[in-house]
Amino acid sequence: MMLFKLSLKNIKKSFKDYVIYFMTLILGVAIFYVFNAMDSQTAMMRLSQSTKEIVELMIYMLTGVSVVVALILGFLIVYASNFLIRRRKKEFGIYMTLGMGKREISRILLGETILIGLLSLAAGIGIGVFASQFMSILVAKMFETDMSAYTFIFSRQAAVKTVACFGIMYLIVIIFNVFTISRYKLIDLFHACRKNEKGRLKSSGLAVVLFAVSCAVLAYAYIQVAFHTQELDQQKTMLMIVLGCVGTFLMFWSLSGFLLKLLQRIGKFYHRGLNAFVLRQVNSNINTAVFSMTIICLLFFVTITVLSTGLSLNHAFRQELTRNCPVDMNLVKTMDVPGSTDDPAVAASLLTVEESMKNLDFDFSLLQDWVEITVYTDETFTWNQVFRGEMKEEVEKKFPRIRWDGCQSIVGVSEYNKLASYYGMPVCELSEGEYQVVCDFSSMERLFNRSLADNTPVTIGETTLLPRETVCADGFLLMNIQNSNLGFYLVPDSVIAEYAGTVLSREENILAANYAAEKKQEKKEIEERVKAWMNDDAVWRNMAGSGIAVDGLTKIYIYDSAVGLSSVITFIAIYLGIVFLIAGAALLALKELSESTVNKERYAILDKIGVDEKQKHQALLWQMGIFFGLPMLLAMIHAVFGILYASNLLNMYAEKDMRSSLVFTGAFLIFVYGGYFLATYMGSRRIIDEK
Amino acid sequence: MEQILEVRDVEKYYGSKGNFTKALDDISFSVDAGEFVGIMGASGSGKTTLLNCISTIDRVTCGNILVSGKDVTVLKGNRLNKFRREELGFVFQDFNLLDTMTAYENIALALSIQKVPVREIEKRVEEIAEKLDIEDVLKKYPYQMSGGQKQRVASARAVIGNPKLILADEPTGALDSRASRMLLKSFEYLNESMKATILMVTHDAFTASYASRILFIKDGKLFSELRREKEESRKLFFEKIIDVVSLLGGELNDVI
Repeated sequence: MMLFKLSLKNIKKSFKDYVIYFMTLILGVAIFYVFNAMDSQTAMMRLSQSTKEIVELMIYMLTGVSVVVALILGFLIVYASNFLIRRRKKEFGIYMTLGMGKREISRILLGETILIGLLSLAAGIGIGVFASQFMSILVAKMFETDMSAYTFIFSRQAAVKTVACFGIMYLIVIIFNVFTISRYKLIDLFHACRKNEKGRLKSSGLAVVLFAVSCAVLAYAYIQVAFHTQELDQQKTMLMIVLGCVGTFLMFWSLSGFLLKLLQRIGKFYHRGLNAFVLRQVNSNINTAVFSMTIICLLFFVTITVLSTGLSLNHAFRQELTRNCPVDMNLVKTMDVPGSTDDPAVAASLLTVEESMKNLDFDFSLLQDWVEITVYTDETFTWNQVFRGEMKEEVEKKFPRIRWDGCQSIVGVSEYNKLASYYGMPVCELSEGEYQVVCDFSSMERLFNRSLADNTPVTIGETTLLPRETVCADGFLLMNIQNSNLGFYLVPDSVIAEYAGTVLSREENILAANYAAEKKQEKKEIEERVKAWMNDDAVWRNMAGSGIAVDGLTKIYIYDSAVGLSSVITFIAIYLGIVFLIAGAALLALKELSESTVNKERYAILDKIGVDEKQKHQALLWQMGIFFGLPMLLAMIHAVFGILYASNLLNMYAEKDMRSSLVFTGAFLIFVYGGYFLATYMGSRRIIDEK
Repeated sequence: MEQILEVRDVEKYYGSKGNFTKALDDISFSVDAGEFVGIMGASGSGKTTLLNCISTIDRVTCGNILVSGKDVTVLKGNRLNKFRREELGFVFQDFNLLDTMTAYENIALALSIQKVPVREIEKRVEEIAEKLDIEDVLKKYPYQMSGGQKQRVASARAVIGNPKLILADEPTGALDSRASRMLLKSFEYLNESMKATILMVTHDAFTASYASRILFIKDGKLFSELRREKEESRKLFFEKIIDVVSLLGGELNDVI
């Protein structure tokens, strides 16, 4: 009982030192609860089938991400508690001289950990329960469901999970503590406060060389990642990540030494006021924390990149959707299956989409208007004709599994123009003897452009066609979430007329239609009826039985899943972003506070030689500012190239889409990071001002 | 002779009403420019309290302390810091050097906080380093130096700003006898050649024997005063000090 009282007193006494650690724990618990409670929060919502699938996917992914989050938080907690223990060496020394055994000291620490653990879990889950109610509103808004069925929810499962996860972490902390204590010798404990800068001396020449090396390594990785994105395969990407980590480590190892060397050259600056002192402080701070600075910087890098790309992905999705979903419905049907017409499948494959729909009792009054076109193939017109000579080898290298006998899709120009103008896309013009490729999937587009620029001739039957232009035309046949038209060939109508049924066979028919409605609600009602028709057993059996299905996609369905997908990404980005940022900021703050005893002695010397309070505080502010600023600055530089990489990979247009999410990310960073910075500065100031 | 320091009826109490200790009990003395004064006394006699009061680190309960005619007991805030920075130099028992900085930087810091131009800083640091024989250690960090070297660097820092008064608190307390002797030689040099005024607190008779005048404090009161006569050998002065110390009673015997 006495020991427990001691624990309680210790916590009370050092509460101000613990406050950042404690707040971080509470935040960690709360965030963990909120994202794990998503399951029960969404269970109460009335979601459409497609959204429900997405929500399930989201919860599944969040569970996976939670494992990563738990690992990060676990690392943070173990690391932080180790910091705090080391600060208290002298206190333990006193206990031991008074005759207390290591076992008792371990028990005091056990009591403290349990107390802090219980308090942080209780407070964290409490906050989490309230925060998760707001989260449900956010989710509801994102998935555009109504909140009428809303009730206050406490997710027992999430609470249990949180308690279990953090319980394990605290257990690990206890084991670590016992281990650390058992290694202490009384003599070390007494000399703990006399810790002097020792053996940290680095040759400044080496620092300059390594700084140059780290700059070179990072620059190489930056260029590869940002400007040669498409050339990076999995192995190379891994290499770039490793180079980035190594470069960051070397940078922190050498940076302060390099800066010091550089600024010492400028004696005027170095020997003005407390500049020399501040720089030395920063140098010593960073040199004792190269590894943690690296980790922190990388955490921030992930935070910034994930948040800004994750959020703008959402934005980019929505913008592309308007372009990619111009009509209400697409139906596709396979045509002209070879074989005897006695086979019901073959018979069904001869009908157009419209004829099939009539046969299956589709209510055409639901539709305002529609357009149907045919896509042809020619057995002899394969990739072999598109890429020849050197191009062929290059393509083979890039896509080793390409099927060279894969047929190209062919559409007559006037049919395509009918569809394109129905979609509101630009139409194409072709003269006799010309062809054009329509493609909007960027990596394929690049390849086709090469083929077009080479003026590659194309032969259909006995007609040879030449490209009309040197670049692909923009357009697509079917609606989709993203630009995903892998390319098809437009040929003059005369070619179709001449070879249809002989060289050219009908591959599929595509029907595009608009619902006979204007308002969103009416469209939704029609959508339900169309779906009911498609899911109707009789219709389904009829089609499935013949093996020839009328496949469809509707605008509403695409929108639902796109919104869902981008929401999933956004949620995961926010989850990871917050946790990484908090972990990094807390590590920095605790590292700085754990140095405060040493700092206090140094600032006391300044006091004795007559430095003004204000100057002293300014020096501290600079010291902290640089210490907090450096990893963030490097992370931001990393992030610029990381974001470039991501936007290259995801085909986003950086400046347009990113602005708002960058602003959000920035505001978020300033808020959280600024908060940690201020708390640390105030805490340190309090410690150095203590007499 | 110009009076650098005047301590007038200084008293210092610790604790609250009803239960307090008189650390300093009505002490008065003065120090002239160019003097090297030692203050001796047993542990708890109040000598360090006195030094702290003069150095404005601690405040007197009543009485006045004048440094070159200026009453320092009424100074506050930044004016106090300015006073400390410009008029006083300190040497402490535990050196109080910044472990993150080289000897050169430690010495230069005292000047750069006074906004002395870099060129002059350079000149003055080199000058003082030569005089105190610490040129070899200028580029070293405190942990690479011996105790004696550290204390000489600290002395260099204390005198470089040309302070009116140098205050030394047990400067040889953490040094072995050889290093002590070298440091005291430096003090002697500073006092004689550079005309620095030094006030040194010590409980070591040998250290004290380098001073030109010694004040003995017992239980917060000025007990006795000893002046080194002109042409008097240090050995003789040392023996006189020992005599006073034994007169002070058993309390000081343990330190000889």
